[in-house]
Parts: sequence; C-alpha cells; structure tokens
Amino acid sequence: MASMSGTSSSDAAATGATATGTALVKRGLAEMLKGGVIMDVVTPEHARIAEDAGAVSVMALERVPSDIRAHGGVSRMSDPEMIQGIQAAVSIPVMAKARIGHFAEAQILQALGVDYVDESEVLTPADEAHHIDKWAFTAPFVCGATNLGEALRRISEGACMIRSKGEAGTGNIVEAVRHLRSIVGDMRRIAAAGDEAELFEWAKQLRAPLPLVQEIANVGWLPVPLFCAGGIATPADASLVMQLGAEAAFVGSGIFKSSNPPKMASAIVEAVTHYRDPEILAKISSGLGEAMAGLETADLTTKMSERGW
Amino acid sequence: MKPRVGVLALQGGFAAHAAILQRLGVRVDEIRTAEQLAAVDALVMPGGESTAMSMLLERSGLLEPLAERLDGGMGVLGTCAGMILLAAEVVDGRADQHCLGLVDITVRRNAYGTQIESFEADIGVGGFETPFHAVFIRAPVVERVGPGVEVLARHEGRPVLCRSGPATVAAFHPELSGDRRLHARFLADL
Repeated sequence: MASMSGTSSSDAAATGATATGTALVKRGLAEMLKGGVIMDVVTPEHARIAEDAGAVSVMALERVPSDIRAHGGVSRMSDPEMIQGIQAAVSIPVMAKARIGHFAEAQILQALGVDYVDESEVLTPADEAHHIDKWAFTAPFVCGATNLGEALRRISEGACMIRSKGEAGTGNIVEAVRHLRSIVGDMRRIAAAGDEAELFEWAKQLRAPLPLVQEIANVGWLPVPLFCAGGIATPADASLVMQLGAEAAFVGSGIFKSSNPPKMASAIVEAVTHYRDPEILAKISSGLGEAMAGLETADLTTKMSERGW
Repeated sequence: MKPRVGVLALQGGFAAHAAILQRLGVRVDEIRTAEQLAAVDALVMPGGESTAMSMLLERSGLLEPLAERLDGGMGVLGTCAGMILLAAEVVDGRADQHCLGLVDITVRRNAYGTQIESFEADIGVGGFETPFHAVFIRAPVVERVGPGVEVLARHEGRPVLCRSGPATVAAFHPELSGDRRLHARFLADL
C-alpha cells in the first residue's frame, strides 16, 4: 500500500523482538482512523456524545477553537485532570494538543498515555522557529499544513499524520479547500514530473527534503495519511473535503456550536462514510437544526493557519 | 472464475486491504450499502474503531444483510475491529455494540492499553515456512477460544489468528506489513 512505503518495519523483523513506537506502528493508528471523524471535546460529557455518535477518536482541549478566538489570551495544553477524565469516559482513542515547539507539553501528554499528540496552531505557539522533534517520542504526532512543503517538513520532523489546517473556529470551509487543493494538486504535479531535475527544483521551491519529494513522485501520495481540519460545519462540508482527497475529518467547533450536537455529530460521521453518495447525503443533511454561526475569513484578526514554519 | 471480493469500507483500514487484494489479482469492491454487499462473493472486515463500525453497520442498513450472508457461509477475513465484530462475545465494548457471533471466541477490546503500547513483532503462523511480521494497533486480546475454532498463530501465548469454518480472524494487521501470504491463503480457501 502506497502510504506505508518508505516505512522501516524496524529491527523487529530482523530480531523477532517486539518493537513499540516505530513509524509503522505510529502510522498504523492513522490508517485505522481513515474514513472516520475525530471530534473536539472539552468535557467527559462531550466525549460521550462524540462516542455515541460514532466518532473514531476525540481531541481533548480546554476550549473549542471558536471560543479560543472569542476569548483571546494565551492558549495552552489542557489540564491533565480534564484529559484523564475524558480518557476514562470513552473507549475510543484520545488525542490532545500541545503548542508548536513545546516539547515539554508533549512529554506530559505522552506520560498521560494519549493516543495521538497534535502539535497544533490552534494553541499559541511556544517557539517561533522550531517544531518538536517528533521522532524522539513513542506517541505518534499529527501536525497541520497549509501546503505540501509544510506537510513534508512536518513529516521529516516525525509527524505520522498530516491534517490540512483550514481556519479553525470559523465554520468556514474556504481555507480548508484552499489548503487541500494546494497539497493534493502539488502531489499530482510532482507525480507527473518529467525527470529528476524537476524534483530537485520542487524540493527547493517547497523547502522540503528531496527524498520525500522523490517518494511522492514514486507513489503519488504522502508517506502518511492526509486528513482535513478547520472549518467543517455540515455533512456537505465533510463530503466536499473527502471528495477533494482528505482521508478523514477533524471537526472542532462545528459540532458543539451547532444547535443539536448529537444529531450534527451523527450526520457528519455518516457523511464521511457515504461522501460520494448524494442521495444518502441529502437524507442525512435534513432536519439537523442550525449549523454553527460562521465567520468571514477576511474579517479575522488572527489567522491560526499562519502559525507554523 | 476469480472471486469478487468486497472490503467493508464504512471506516478504517479498508484501502490497505483493497490494495493488497488488487495486487493478488482479484476484483475488489468497497462495500458501504446492502446493494454493494449483495454483489460480492467474499468479504474483508478491516481494522478501525469497532464501536463506530457497529453503529455505521446499523445506520447503513447493512447489519441484517451481513448477518444473513455470514449465516449462508460467505468467506470472511476480519482483522482487529473486524475480529471484534465477528466474535461471539466482546469484553470492554460498548453496551450497544453488535456482535455478529460467527466465531466462538471472547475478545477484550484495547487489552494491551493505549497507542503507546501498540507494537510490531514476528509471529509463527501454521502452514507458513517463515515468520509473519505482525502489526498490533490498540489490539484486542482473545481471552477464550471455543470448540471448533482453530488457533493458527499465537503471540506470547495468546491466540492472535483463528479460523472457524469460512471465517479467519486476526488481532493484528496483515495489511500493513507488506506480506501478502494471509490474503493469498484467504483467497485460495474460498
């Protein structure tokens, strides 16, 4: 399978020993989340609603992105007690966010046993030049990207899943569409490159490691799964990003800022499964109540997607 | 004639299974509806979240048609969440989680712990000359094996690959390590 290529299956194959925290094991969980919905939750009660609706994972955080936007201030890793409450409330994987570059927060999240660490632009960055060395961890990491170069830099640092960033907390899908089209379009163009010299130029343009560019030329896709985040507010939004190439969806404010969260959550889960079937989508989109109020991105004072280097 | 094989594609690792089956030369269909299920000769139930898959089976109107096909003896390969869904009994599942009950085993969900405990290891598989490289992701543990269920592989004494009639179930992910032998055997046995 394409997205597993270039993955070392570690020394375990040679020795027969049991190995944890390998790239194959980390990317493996992302494979299992494909076709699913990962939901932002701020309380154990929210987490149960998400699991009841068919979420494949929950993202534990203190405030959903739209509230982070509204309240301002520095946004940090969640209180460990809250994360543990959510871990106790559900049986599905629990993810949590660390600030960009804040490896101490990530160490704490790993000690808590979270299933995926999100080094996230939704929180206030802790380092203006460096991202976390993610190879140093047993826990897998997901990182956001607005374009292919950013995605490949995160993968070279050890990210095992990429999510297009979109613009979190807006309920506006336009940025997610821009980022997905950019990432998927550039992969298509690299796969069509004529010779190695063109790949050297791509690596320079993208500020990305050449071996990862060559791998995309060979297999046509990232070496890790590509999910979508930031702005999904309706089942139709979920279908749109899946048709554009996303392999799963993160939904933040779109569920718990809608008028009927359990219903909206179930509908988005079904929309990601049946994303290519407009008749089923018409049925599941009916009678959901109000989606979250959206924001025009031109009016934003903070664009979270610009965080990350 | 070559069988037409479906891969349950409600959620989870279906793409990796489909890629291996295609390389083995069979026609592969992604299955999300009862109509699609009716058109295939055999089924792979992939890993993923068993709770989410259970709900999607019900909401997509697939639960009863699938149970009927399994009762009718359709060949099925279930990995990880697929094994959980095919088991007779699930421990540490959700109260509303469906058990198709085709394989007389008891499985405990997430028995190894969180993702940090996920691992890869070589295992010996009955009938294979060299070890099989197995990837275990938040894997279930088989706690009881009923009569009529054959254990084909163990890891540290625990059954991780079982066969019962037309059903083969694995606690690990044969679709992730690039070894096609289990899929080839599944197709040969159809």
